[in-house]
Amino acid sequence: MTVVSASGRVWQRNWLVYRRLWHRSLAFGFLQPVLFLTAMGIGIGALLTPASLAAFGGVDYIDWLGPGLLAAMAMQTATFESTYPIMNKIMWGRNYEAMLSTPVGIRSILIGELAWSAFRIGSLASVFLVVLAIFGIVRTPLAILAIPFATLVGVAFSACLIAFTATQKNDVGFSAIFRFVINPLFLFSGTFFPLTQLPEGLRFVAWATPLFHGVELIRGSILDQLNPLTVPLHLAYLLVMLGIGAWFAERTLTRRMAG
Amino acid sequence: MTTLAHPAAPGPLGHAWTRIWRARRLVERNIMVYRHQWIIILSGVFEPIFYLIGIGLGLGGIIQEVALADGRMVAYAAFVAPALLATAAMNGAVFETIFNVFFKLNYAKTYEGVLATPMGITEIALGEMMWALMRAALYAVAMFVIMLATGLILSPWGLLMVPAALLVAASFAAAGLAGTSFLRTVNDFDVPMGLIVMPMFLFSGTFFPIEIYPEPVQWFMQATPLFHAISLIRGLSTGLVGLGQLWDFLYLAAFFAICMSIAMRQMERRLIK
Repeated sequence: MTVVSASGRVWQRNWLVYRRLWHRSLAFGFLQPVLFLTAMGIGIGALLTPASLAAFGGVDYIDWLGPGLLAAMAMQTATFESTYPIMNKIMWGRNYEAMLSTPVGIRSILIGELAWSAFRIGSLASVFLVVLAIFGIVRTPLAILAIPFATLVGVAFSACLIAFTATQKNDVGFSAIFRFVINPLFLFSGTFFPLTQLPEGLRFVAWATPLFHGVELIRGSILDQLNPLTVPLHLAYLLVMLGIGAWFAERTLTRRMAG
Repeated sequence: MTTLAHPAAPGPLGHAWTRIWRARRLVERNIMVYRHQWIIILSGVFEPIFYLIGIGLGLGGIIQEVALADGRMVAYAAFVAPALLATAAMNGAVFETIFNVFFKLNYAKTYEGVLATPMGITEIALGEMMWALMRAALYAVAMFVIMLATGLILSPWGLLMVPAALLVAASFAAAGLAGTSFLRTVNDFDVPMGLIVMPMFLFSGTFFPIEIYPEPVQWFMQATPLFHAISLIRGLSTGLVGLGQLWDFLYLAAFFAICMSIAMRQMERRLIK
């Protein structure tokens, strides 16, 4: 069995489990952006004066917020999917142990899990994009690119978090990751307010973080503001993050499953 | 004739105190379990602080001022901070009574062990309640200190924010205890978190005054306990204290009593077969 066909089996295993839950997952995937846009988009939008909208490049707050939330959703879903479920397969349910006693190897497990993450984020991003279209936020057919962009954000986060999860002996560290990494990224990556609001020192930190690049790509594609000069930079950042994350993940997972 | 010395039978108050005193054992048990997982509790302190910096200051730099219910204009950060204190109290109570109690009830079977001791259902409910209150109090006090240090408490009434937050936490802990007993699998968490807690967080006037929505929608929002929690705590921090806040207080107290009685009945149904 080649690495690719074996990773297909890992993907298939996840699909068989998910098959009973997908309608609920997609229903919440639809509901969440609807709630966020109705609350934060309209509510905070109502507090902004036309003059203050200049800070958002002259678009309505809800239009500015929606694509940012899509990027954040990709990050959050990928993070959640790559912590508790992976931990379950490593040590609580010991699924990987079972898989490794077949021709499936560590690399196939990793590729299968990343492909699964891509599928999950991709399907949720599509639902999200439909919501954005219903709210009249989508400005161009190019917005379809937001789906692969969001998927890339998700997979890049998944790779790094699988690498982290494989080093953990219990789930205590996940709270720290959610509270000290994911939540600050959610709030300070240009999702809710432009980075120009931050003090200069912090602005550079925010530029260096991964979610910012995802937000830029996704917002650019949906609001038709893609800058051909910066797109390759954002893409390169996320691809390098994916590569490094996957490299580490293969190592930490190999060590964990050997031990 | 010899008589055995019988201590005077305790009155109802004495009974209540005995039960509370016994329930402390469950708090001790939780403290011991958390000794190696303190980061889970402590990290929760930072959540409202990040929101205050991100939304309160980040968006606050653009929004500047918001009108209170009495028409007074206050800085956006001073509008959001008390609401974050209220939600922090809610989250502390809800996470503890939904996730942890669910785990103890369904997987660890902790309470079956507890019931083999002189502790009963009442002590379990009281113990979890006290523990959830301690966790919520930590978050509320941390946020109170931050608000005090950054000048976001606009009135001496603000001193009452922490006790008010305890009432909020008690209400949500009772609601969490009542709700958890209806959940069957971990996938069911989507329902309380995604359909109740998250929408309440968004629509209870945390980040913007609800007056911008059509009136029927407002009635719906005003029916939620978090709306009253925020209205009460924001009222205290901004010095807007009146009949509205008395009503918030009564609402939360009634909500607590109803949820607690449901929780006790449900726990009994789940644990005593």
